[in-house]
Amino acid sequence: MTTVLLDPSSETVPAERVRADRLEALTGKTIGLLDIRKARGDVFLDQLEERLTERGASVLRYAKPTFTKPAPIDLRHEIATQCDAVVEALAD
Amino acid sequence: MSSSPSDSSSDATVKPPLPDGIVAFVKRDCPTCELVAPVLASLAKDAPLTVYTQDDPAFPDGVARVDDTDLAVSWHHEIEAVPTILRVEGGQEVERALGWHRGEWEALARVPDLGPGLPELRPGCGSLSVDPSRAPELAIRFSGSTLKARRVEIAELEDEQEAFFDRGWTDGLPIVPPTEARVLRMLEGTTRAPDEVVATVPPDLAPCTVEKVAINAVMAGCKPEYLPVVIAAVEAACTDVFNIHGLLATTMSAGPVLVVNGPIRNAIGMNAGKNVFGQGNRANSTIGRALQLVIRNVGGGRPGEVDRATLGNPGKVGFCFPEDEEGSPFEPLNTMFGFEAGTNTVTLFPGEGPRTIVDQIARDPESLCHVFADALRHMLTPKMVLAFDVILVVSPEHSRIFREAGWTREDLLKRLHELTLLDGDDLVRGANGIAEGLPDSVRGNQVPKFRPDGIRLVHAGGGAGLFSAIIPGWANGEMGSAPVCKAITS
Repeated sequence: MTTVLLDPSSETVPAERVRADRLEALTGKTIGLLDIRKARGDVFLDQLEERLTERGASVLRYAKPTFTKPAPIDLRHEIATQCDAVVEALAD
Repeated sequence: MSSSPSDSSSDATVKPPLPDGIVAFVKRDCPTCELVAPVLASLAKDAPLTVYTQDDPAFPDGVARVDDTDLAVSWHHEIEAVPTILRVEGGQEVERALGWHRGEWEALARVPDLGPGLPELRPGCGSLSVDPSRAPELAIRFSGSTLKARRVEIAELEDEQEAFFDRGWTDGLPIVPPTEARVLRMLEGTTRAPDEVVATVPPDLAPCTVEKVAINAVMAGCKPEYLPVVIAAVEAACTDVFNIHGLLATTMSAGPVLVVNGPIRNAIGMNAGKNVFGQGNRANSTIGRALQLVIRNVGGGRPGEVDRATLGNPGKVGFCFPEDEEGSPFEPLNTMFGFEAGTNTVTLFPGEGPRTIVDQIARDPESLCHVFADALRHMLTPKMVLAFDVILVVSPEHSRIFREAGWTREDLLKRLHELTLLDGDDLVRGANGIAEGLPDSVRGNQVPKFRPDGIRLVHAGGGAGLFSAIIPGWANGEMGSAPVCKAITS
């Protein structure tokens, strides 16, 4: 039996996060690669771009201004409108 | 001979009508109901009688019974005891008798000589509709929920504590899960409507209703009777003067410190005595926590985000205590804010953890004042002046010294302000080998450690121990915060 509890927050964020739909294939899809500007993130993403292109995806490259701060909202918007999926290169 | 509960309206919130005549409410698990069962059977011969039965639809014999095992009729007609008999005319209840009382039953039924073999009087039992284990759920079912908060479904295999931790809704300690029944019970602690907005809570500037305060108070572990204190504390915290946003965002250690005055302290069982700042008393421990949960959950004020404290202090989980007014030689704290002594108030002070002052030798006020002043002068650093207020908490063994000498609060505060005047030469940058300090312009002047109303006095603590304490404050005045005292209303 489920328990129903009351939300103690201001309810400005969803109570549950719904996962985005997964891609069924890469062919013809646009994949964003986001470099957060940690050292050698570009090396990793270069490799990934090569593999994704081989599998028929087109790739767009993005970079955050700095890894110390969240991605600016404009950048997030750009990726969301231009890409079907995004891969973020975290850590170094 | 009996009908089922589904005969009544399908909308559980609609009050079911009663048939005209005599109406009785009984349960088999009540010796008085068993006792009067023959009386009801004989009454049924002389008058139109309907019996609502709460536990056993087959009880009692020989009467027109209605199954009220779902308690809808009993709840809506506010039956508090069984047996209860009513006289209903034109669909309206006109008379009511509780338990068995021959004279009352005869008068109500207009039938003489009822239950000749029975005692004159026999009290009844509690109605199942007011049974504490059922009442909250019945209230939800029959009054219809007026609560507006989003419902969060926790699956059977999910742990509700973990679900709340995962959503960032706790302070790192477990919470009492806020079920609708618990929140409704909490709301019984106030006469204010659940949808009334109490305050706009920083940093998100989110409107906070009485219902949201109640949800967080449940989570903190409060009892319903604490709710008015929590509501007043939320109101006080969210004033411009108290500036909870700044207090939250500061890198300094302070947080809201709550001091409760007035008869409500004793009514809700707060501890102003031994271990007053410590653990062990439910009201002391949960009221301050409820305020902090409101700031976290409704306001969005979370450590590491808008809360930028370098060190913080353990009291930021919740720091609330009452003043020992009864044992104090001084006027209570709330009179420093224009309230009459005896008024229920909560004072919010932007403060950090208490530091003990030890003096086991002083037997005269002057000597003790010097010790207090020493501690006060060193608050934060001796060179930090005027920008920070303080609460001085005097315990009973120390306050006795002032009582015996006939000192008032004003006498004590005046002397402390005199003794905390500092020599400007000791405060300038570089003085005493310390780089920190004031500009050279104070050289040759005396500088007060505290602004004129910067020392607040509270009496609290156990009866044994020659100790007092200071609770250092945070940046005072327009740019920072000032203590705010609010009346607690029901």
